[in-house]
Amino acid sequence: MNTPLIIFFVLAFTAILGALSLILQRHPIHSALSLIVVMVALAGLYLLMGAEFVAAVQIIVYGGAIMVLFVFVIMLLNAGVEERTNFSKLAGWAGLPLAVALMGVLAAAVARSTDRVQAVTQAGATAPTKALSVLLFQEFVYPFELTSFLILVAILGAIVLAQREKI
Amino acid sequence: MVPTHYYLILSAILFGLGVVAFIFRRNIITIFMSIELMLNAVNLAFVAFSQAWNRLDGQVFVLFVIVVAAAEAAVGLGIIILIQRNRQSLNVERVDLLKL
Repeated sequence: MNTPLIIFFVLAFTAILGALSLILQRHPIHSALSLIVVMVALAGLYLLMGAEFVAAVQIIVYGGAIMVLFVFVIMLLNAGVEERTNFSKLAGWAGLPLAVALMGVLAAAVARSTDRVQAVTQAGATAPTKALSVLLFQEFVYPFELTSFLILVAILGAIVLAQREKI
Repeated sequence: MVPTHYYLILSAILFGLGVVAFIFRRNIITIFMSIELMLNAVNLAFVAFSQAWNRLDGQVFVLFVIVVAAAEAAVGLGIIILIQRNRQSLNVERVDLLKL
């Protein structure tokens, strides 16, 4: 067994454990910390695939900014252990089998979709950050500028939603 | 070299776990975090396909998904603060004004 495969299985196991912990923890702050574990493991997988810039953005934006926002809101609202209410009958009976079926169908579909691709894959197919930035700022420059408007609107929306009294 | 379909199966598993969390959790913040988990799973599939085809478009899409997730988190958490202020509860079963 070669080294990348071992690293992959360690990181994949960590990610799945984190996701399971997200489901099973009763307290939201524990779920948030489990989600951070998943995100760091995924950043490691991106590094393994040679996507250094995406790995860095994953750590800084997802693991840093977004999760800090989540933890901040959990602490701001003083969210405790989630209370048990009477469970939806439909979700209880059909939810888990359907979710497992969805997982299986997705895994089968995406795993089969790479059969044609395997021949194209080559070892050392790295993604240099320079080529990524050239692509981002030439071919995708209009979507990139549109995202700045999206962020602006989101900031305004967050301020309007969270303010206590009308301006 | 790890085969691409290993990454895709991991992505499907993480997405499915996100769906399970979305269905079974009652706390609105945890439900919101399970949406982030599903977005992360899709990002993993994007990067895996990007590596498989040896093209960088997939990684650019991942950057856009992260930007949209950040905007969604900002607005969504504002809505959660509003729900807590109006209902004094984070349980989704207590937000049932539209329910018959």
